[in-house]
Amino acid sequence: MTLKNIAVENLRRRKGRAFFVLIGLLISATTIVILISLVHAMKEDINHKLELYGANILILPKTESLSFSYGGLTLGGVPFYAAEIKEEDINKIKQIKNAANVAAVGPILLGPVVVNGHRLHMAGVDFRLLSILRPWWNIKGEIPPEKGAILGHDVARFLNLTPGDRFLINKQKLEVKGVIEKTGSQDDGLIFVPLPLAQEILGKKGHISMAEVAALCTGCPIPEMVRQIGEAIPGANVMAIEQVVKGRMETLNHFERFSYGISVLVLVIGSLMVLVTMMGSVKERTVEIGILSAMGFRKSHIIKTILLESGMISGMAGIMGYGTGFLATKIIVHFFSGGHGAQVLFNPFFAIGTLLLSLTVGLIASTYPAIMASRLDPNEALRAL
Amino acid sequence: MGMIIAENISKKYGDGDTAVIAVCNVTFSIGSGEFVSIMGESGSGKSTLLSIIGALNRPTTGKLIIDGTDIYSLTQDERADFRRKYMGFVFQNFYLIPYLTIAENVMLPLATIKEKKSKKRAMAKDALSLVGLSDKANRLPNEISGGEQERVAIARAIVNTPPLLLADEPTGNLDSKTGRSIMELIKRLNRDGMTVVMVTHNHEYATYGNRVLKVADGVLI
Repeated sequence: MTLKNIAVENLRRRKGRAFFVLIGLLISATTIVILISLVHAMKEDINHKLELYGANILILPKTESLSFSYGGLTLGGVPFYAAEIKEEDINKIKQIKNAANVAAVGPILLGPVVVNGHRLHMAGVDFRLLSILRPWWNIKGEIPPEKGAILGHDVARFLNLTPGDRFLINKQKLEVKGVIEKTGSQDDGLIFVPLPLAQEILGKKGHISMAEVAALCTGCPIPEMVRQIGEAIPGANVMAIEQVVKGRMETLNHFERFSYGISVLVLVIGSLMVLVTMMGSVKERTVEIGILSAMGFRKSHIIKTILLESGMISGMAGIMGYGTGFLATKIIVHFFSGGHGAQVLFNPFFAIGTLLLSLTVGLIASTYPAIMASRLDPNEALRAL
Repeated sequence: MGMIIAENISKKYGDGDTAVIAVCNVTFSIGSGEFVSIMGESGSGKSTLLSIIGALNRPTTGKLIIDGTDIYSLTQDERADFRRKYMGFVFQNFYLIPYLTIAENVMLPLATIKEKKSKKRAMAKDALSLVGLSDKANRLPNEISGGEQERVAIARAIVNTPPLLLADEPTGNLDSKTGRSIMELIKRLNRDGMTVVMVTHNHEYATYGNRVLKVADGVLI
């Protein structure tokens, strides 16, 4: 017979109260696990969906200019240096530290062309990456495999061209394969052709004007990636499209703050439940505590016995809470995403964290009842019957 | 175990007009190996006196010296240690812990001492065999009779062989036949060398002691 035996036997043979404390902590632990796992899964899912927003980093050639004013009038900058980006430079992005966060890199070559006697702008792009870099495009027609063009909404209207029509571009005959529905952006005024064709038409083989990068956002440090790309391509001016990045982060942070707030609330309620139940238990066991004191149990022995009990229940609640929370999250995610959403994976660190959290809450909430029990006057306790 | 010396012990509950003097200026001594019965009517203060002797109830005034130690000059934890080493308690209501088996109840005073489990089990077995309940070791308290519960309480009180046994109306809830058998058991323990201080209001049971201390209105008469 040891203090541990007393605690174990009390829990084993007085299941009702032990069950109540267990349920209190189990609900807390499960709720926290569900919330945090759910938010984590949602973050992943949202990240995935946010990627559909397209590019969030721009790579432009570095230019330097001098501001020029004459007679008090500012006449704008005079460029004196313009670096060029070569197509092969883009491959260097694959070697940066955060290369795994790069979903797609889309090189673009821009240049003026003459179409049916009109001067217009043409953009050479990699049509295979359109679904990542321009996921919002609605195209009437098709995306050309090699030759052919996609026209922006305004250009198509201006030239009065529809899919299937042919037109001359710098003396090359091309077929309109698709027309983009109005986007409200600069894309409406551009003629899109495959990059190699644009390089051939413009006589800029191996050169590009800029590149767009779509970075995955699962913990992606966009400013850090901007720095890394800048170092990898010295002739480039790398910029993050701040609005998108900040928007993504803010959305994620909202979810995180919400879950932590609810978790704290649930923890407080759980610990209050433990406190009330343990206080009730101490009151119920006044005589028993009196007997133990009369038999020579020190204050510390009484405290230890009560904390052992709550520690065992809390530990059990922590383990069970992680298990039920994990399963519940899996079911919830599956139910809401139809099986195509984010994954919920077993996380041993989270499991240990849940166990420790449950133990801490259980022990802290039981400390006051344990101290109260240890302070019971054995004589008063025995007279209480 | 040396002498128990009580010097001018008084115990007052409450203050002012509502104050009750349970024990008033009591002085006595009990020698080692004695069996002393404290007798008195209900409310006479005999149980209060026993709880004071048992280091459970600090007197308002006076001193209690056991084996040369001024008990109430000790800290609460030191008094707990003293009780564990020197005293065994038997209560009128048995006070067995309902969720522990008979053997576990008997082993309770051993829970805080560092001893092998097998040794503790053997000590409990010896105590239970002394009170004639070896065969009921694995039962719960509600599965045995009142007389048996009292015997378990005695086994629990003597499991660590304390030199002093304090019994508060140990036969109060028992029929006369069972009561006598309990008294025989206590008398046997006393013959084996244990000092016994027993509170009772029963004249017959009081005569089992070598000496009777009569209490009325908190005063020894």
